[in-house]
Amino acid sequence: MNDQQPQVASGSRADAVIKTTSPAYNRKRTEGDNTLVELPWIGKINLRGNPEDSRFVEKIKSVIEVELPLESNTQHHNNSVTVYWLGPDEWLIHCKIDRVQELMAELGSQLSSIHHAVTDVSDYYTVLQIQGPNATTLLRKGCPLDLHPEVFKSSHCSQTRFGHASILLHKLDSSTFNIQIRWSYTEYLWDYLVTALDAVDR
Amino acid sequence: MLIIECPWCGKRDQTEFSCHGEAHIARPLNTEELSEEEWGDYVFFRKNPKGLHYERWVHAHGCRRWFNVARNTLSDHIHGSYKPGETPPTIDTQEVSQ
Amino acid sequence: MNQKNRLEQGGRLNRTKPIRFWYDNKGYEGYAGDTLASALLANGVNLIGRSFKYHRPRGIFSAGSEEPNALVQLEKGAYTEPNRRATEVELYEGLTACSQNCWPSVNFDIGAINSVLSRLFPAGFYYKTFMWPQSLWMTYEKFIRKAAGLGVSPMEPDPDSYDKTYAHCDVLVVGGGPAGIQATLAAGKVGARVMLVDEKNVFGGSLLSDNVEINGISTQEWIDQQLNELRKLENVTLLNRTTLTGYYDYNFLVANQRVNEHLGSNQSGNAPKERLWKIRAKQVVLATGAIERPLVFADNDRPGVMLANAIRTYIHRFGVLPGKEITILTNNDSAYYTALDATEAGAKVVIVDIRHNPGGELFEKAEQAGIKFITNSTITGIDYAKGKIRQVEIMQLDGDGQGVTGSKSQLPCDLVGVSGGWTPTVHLYSQAKGKLKFLDDKHCFVADTETPNKLNQNNPSFSVGACHANYGLRDCLIKGFDAGKSAAQAVGFETTEITSEISCNEPESAPIRPLWILPCDHPVGKGKKKHFHELHNDSTVADIELAAREGFESVEHVKRYTTTGMGTDQGKTSNLNALSVLSNLRNTSIPAVGTTTFRPPFTPLTLGSIVGQERRELFLQKRKTAMHPWHDRNGAVYEDVGDWKRPFYFPTHNESMHDAVQRECLAVRNSSGLLDASTLGKIDLQGRDVSKLLNLLYTNAWSKLAPGKCRYGLMLNEHGMVFDDGVTTCLKENHYHMTTTSGGAARVMSWVEEWLQTEWPDMEVYATSVTEQWAVASLNGPNSRKILEKLTDHPIDDESFPFMSMREMNIADIPARVFRISFTGELAFEINVPARYGLALWEAVIQAGKEFDITPYGTEAMHVLRAERGFIIVGQDTDGTVTPMDLGMDWIVSKKKGDFFGRRSFVRSDTARERRKRLVGILTEDPNIVLPEGAHLVEKLKDKPPMDMIGHITSSYMSPNVGRSIAMALVKDGFNRKGQSFHVPLIDGSSQKVTLTDPVFIDT
Repeated sequence: MNDQQPQVASGSRADAVIKTTSPAYNRKRTEGDNTLVELPWIGKINLRGNPEDSRFVEKIKSVIEVELPLESNTQHHNNSVTVYWLGPDEWLIHCKIDRVQELMAELGSQLSSIHHAVTDVSDYYTVLQIQGPNATTLLRKGCPLDLHPEVFKSSHCSQTRFGHASILLHKLDSSTFNIQIRWSYTEYLWDYLVTALDAVDR
Repeated sequence: MLIIECPWCGKRDQTEFSCHGEAHIARPLNTEELSEEEWGDYVFFRKNPKGLHYERWVHAHGCRRWFNVARNTLSDHIHGSYKPGETPPTIDTQEVSQ
Repeated sequence: MNQKNRLEQGGRLNRTKPIRFWYDNKGYEGYAGDTLASALLANGVNLIGRSFKYHRPRGIFSAGSEEPNALVQLEKGAYTEPNRRATEVELYEGLTACSQNCWPSVNFDIGAINSVLSRLFPAGFYYKTFMWPQSLWMTYEKFIRKAAGLGVSPMEPDPDSYDKTYAHCDVLVVGGGPAGIQATLAAGKVGARVMLVDEKNVFGGSLLSDNVEINGISTQEWIDQQLNELRKLENVTLLNRTTLTGYYDYNFLVANQRVNEHLGSNQSGNAPKERLWKIRAKQVVLATGAIERPLVFADNDRPGVMLANAIRTYIHRFGVLPGKEITILTNNDSAYYTALDATEAGAKVVIVDIRHNPGGELFEKAEQAGIKFITNSTITGIDYAKGKIRQVEIMQLDGDGQGVTGSKSQLPCDLVGVSGGWTPTVHLYSQAKGKLKFLDDKHCFVADTETPNKLNQNNPSFSVGACHANYGLRDCLIKGFDAGKSAAQAVGFETTEITSEISCNEPESAPIRPLWILPCDHPVGKGKKKHFHELHNDSTVADIELAAREGFESVEHVKRYTTTGMGTDQGKTSNLNALSVLSNLRNTSIPAVGTTTFRPPFTPLTLGSIVGQERRELFLQKRKTAMHPWHDRNGAVYEDVGDWKRPFYFPTHNESMHDAVQRECLAVRNSSGLLDASTLGKIDLQGRDVSKLLNLLYTNAWSKLAPGKCRYGLMLNEHGMVFDDGVTTCLKENHYHMTTTSGGAARVMSWVEEWLQTEWPDMEVYATSVTEQWAVASLNGPNSRKILEKLTDHPIDDESFPFMSMREMNIADIPARVFRISFTGELAFEINVPARYGLALWEAVIQAGKEFDITPYGTEAMHVLRAERGFIIVGQDTDGTVTPMDLGMDWIVSKKKGDFFGRRSFVRSDTARERRKRLVGILTEDPNIVLPEGAHLVEKLKDKPPMDMIGHITSSYMSPNVGRSIAMALVKDGFNRKGQSFHVPLIDGSSQKVTLTDPVFIDT
């Protein structure tokens, strides 16, 4: 692996003075037309609640202005947030990192009378992005899902496996995927994808 | 390599799941009143049938939900999956014994 | 021209591209398109190696993956590979190979003495000979090991790269012969996602060995036409050089593609040598063809004896005529094609047909071509000398073909082609647990597609073409197309529109004479000549007869006893003949004898291919914390804790581990130390019922934990045994932060979720793993408060921030949760910050601590420090058989609260029993001795084991703070034996006297 070591840079918010790090921050790997990068500083909020409780569903919508996805392995988004279905009573909100505290507070107060959980997991995961004509081929090396464009279409998302790691895979368009993975597994996934990039038949 | 149907996420590769053994073992409510044998049965003894087996699986690399699977241990054929609390599907025992 | 057997024209070769290669240190030349076998035959080389058991000379027997003889050691050094079939290895510039199982050379081999002594090597030889006396087994084994095995493994790491990938398709077609091509076309045309795999470098299968016309064009033109059409279809993936090696349940199939191998080790570029495809197919069409069945006759293993159709393959596919004077021995018509083609290529051919009155269209054709026939006769011996067949001996068969009559005649020849009909390649269908059925008229097993396959019962596979005993070409083409159509239809495609027009002229075949084991002038197995039914493992008909006489009835037992079918060729050419012998002996039919189960892989896979890219850093994930870059920069030595890389110790100035750990331990007790505790499992718990859940999970009471307060707890399983521990903190009402051991994080999370989801879905608790959300720096030591004061404005005196409480505050301007909990017994602060600030926090604390000589410490010092205070580590001092009472931790088990996990087990007779193993402290007589963990304690020391063991050491260290070695142990009735002395015998024969104590070595 000949790419740079994790680098230190300033995050977006409190951090004019505090340096922040992430496992693959500032790394970029390009082979041919394919590029691998980490998307740093995405705010992530884990949300739990009962979707059969219409108050819960409505209050969420009133805060994030996106309908809660109730179908498995789907996501809804607007300009500022993406909400992923993680389980029948579990969702993940992606937002700007400097909105996390505000959103959590608002969700907390709106849901105060309803059984729920709102947890900051911004640093629990990182998101790598693979972009290029071979993106699907590269992902097939470690992911058992059928990623054929007619089956796993643009905007589809799914929790699945890559090698030994659990991932949340989100297809943005025909050649771009976001892969969310636990912080401590990021380097493993990075190395795996770089190895795959190196082996692309050219 | 099995294909297992997660009741929420649909059919997935076996490698996304892990098996947690026999299903439908309720935790006794009156643990204090149980005899040695009854408690021992709950803690230590599990069925190991040749044929139809109801077992608990978790979609570990997916939605992390537990559910039940009716599987033939002899043929590895899966008759169906169902959520916790749901009644197991009716299975044609003739089909199982084949 | 030095390729003396190369024909002037023909073959799918690039004759403008000569290729130089080396075999047994001699240089030869072949062409692009050759296999090693075809190139060797072109050069007149047909002595390839020595056989496994008798070291008999062997040559090339076939032209494909069924080859039992021509195994070579390919390449040298790190690239070397044993047991490669010369018939499969594609020729590339500079290829180097040599023969195996012979020393000093293939022409003069010392091991050939085994052949002379063959009477001493009957079936089961090793079982019988080396069973007695048992004490000598170790001596025998050395010699057996030396003699066993074929070829040599590389000693260096594999320099090649490999790849693995998943694939999905609607229809997988296995075999790119006429049936497979047609199936692919049919399914592909209607839009199904089709994958076609074939083991050869080019598609065409049996057509490559043929010269008939299809629809008025040559086979090659027809193949090209079909492939052109297939290549236009985006939904069709064509994989040549790809062997389908395994067919598993639910239509999961594994194929191995030799991506770059045919370019040799000097290849450039990034492509891997091999790629393993893990394929999930909705439908599978097996069009794997058939393998020619040999005839078993006297000395049928001589180099120069070859399957008849292989000769035809060498002529048509490789432009090689492997012999000038050819004798064909056959019981059926298909060898006539070889005779005709060899005659046309310029050979002098004689057909020895074991049938009485062969006739029919092909017979007439052969007669017209001037081919001489000897009927109702067989070969009874081969005159083989100096690496060549000189002539064969012919005798007439008697009435039922079980013996020979009349006089011998000699027939000069240099090559013998044998044909006993065809064996459909049913391996994959059988691997997938599909049932086979025996066709009496065709004398072979085929897939019984009528009986549903249990493993793939929702997706029965199609079996078509020669692998389903459809031997006629027209039949193959039409049925192949239909199978592709049906497969696509089964997936849901509309297929009514497509049709395929086929016309080709095929002569009718005359019936086969069902006789495969041919007699000679002495009874089989009784004279000098050997009848090999199995070439790879040197197994003869006499071996099967012996096995039968010794009572081995089951075919599975006979197989193992005689090693039939157990070579790397899996008996592709031998299985059916072995069954024939057995059925004759038992006077029953072949299906009554049964068949052995075929198991993956169809042909051997390299370990490289199985491992793929998952080696080195991809073999197992190395999980790293946010502080890891600092640890790297500061020379940390790591310990694997689960998948985590945790600093073990931080050596400075070339310190030894011992010195580093002693220094780190002293620093913590005397001033301050900093530990990366980020790997601790962390679970966020929210909801009205959290305290109710905690009361079930832990042994102590949790109802009255106030916000901001922490509590330590032990977790038990239902057996009543300790399985995890940690501190849980009430953040605010109905919101808790649980910590677990590093190794137990996933287990506890799973334990909590499983109960919540399956047993108590109504319990109002949501659990979310936050292990990696929080980076944790654990600041320990008497000076830790002074250091922390420099980094925060928040009051952290004992009164504002007492022991076992949590406060939120900024540390070095970073929002943090600080816990006053301690695993060292010293004043300690566990600072939790979001992981992105972890490195900044660590650096800030180190900076602030400089004036106090703050010392980063690793897991080993952590272990010593906690042991000094008698704190346990779950998984080290416990092993799943230890209760809280065994640990002397009765104080943490609530007697008042209701039920909790494991509680009922406390009154089980075994759990409540006296004299269980209990955790105690251990002091050695010699304070400088550190006992090995796992060492046993005994009451009475004996000269040598066995000794009665009363317990074992669980933790053992040199403690600089105590000033001597300390240890913990689980000892039978340990609590009542404190103060008593025992012995710890050590592996070097010495022993150490020890005294049992309390496990707290430093008290506050």
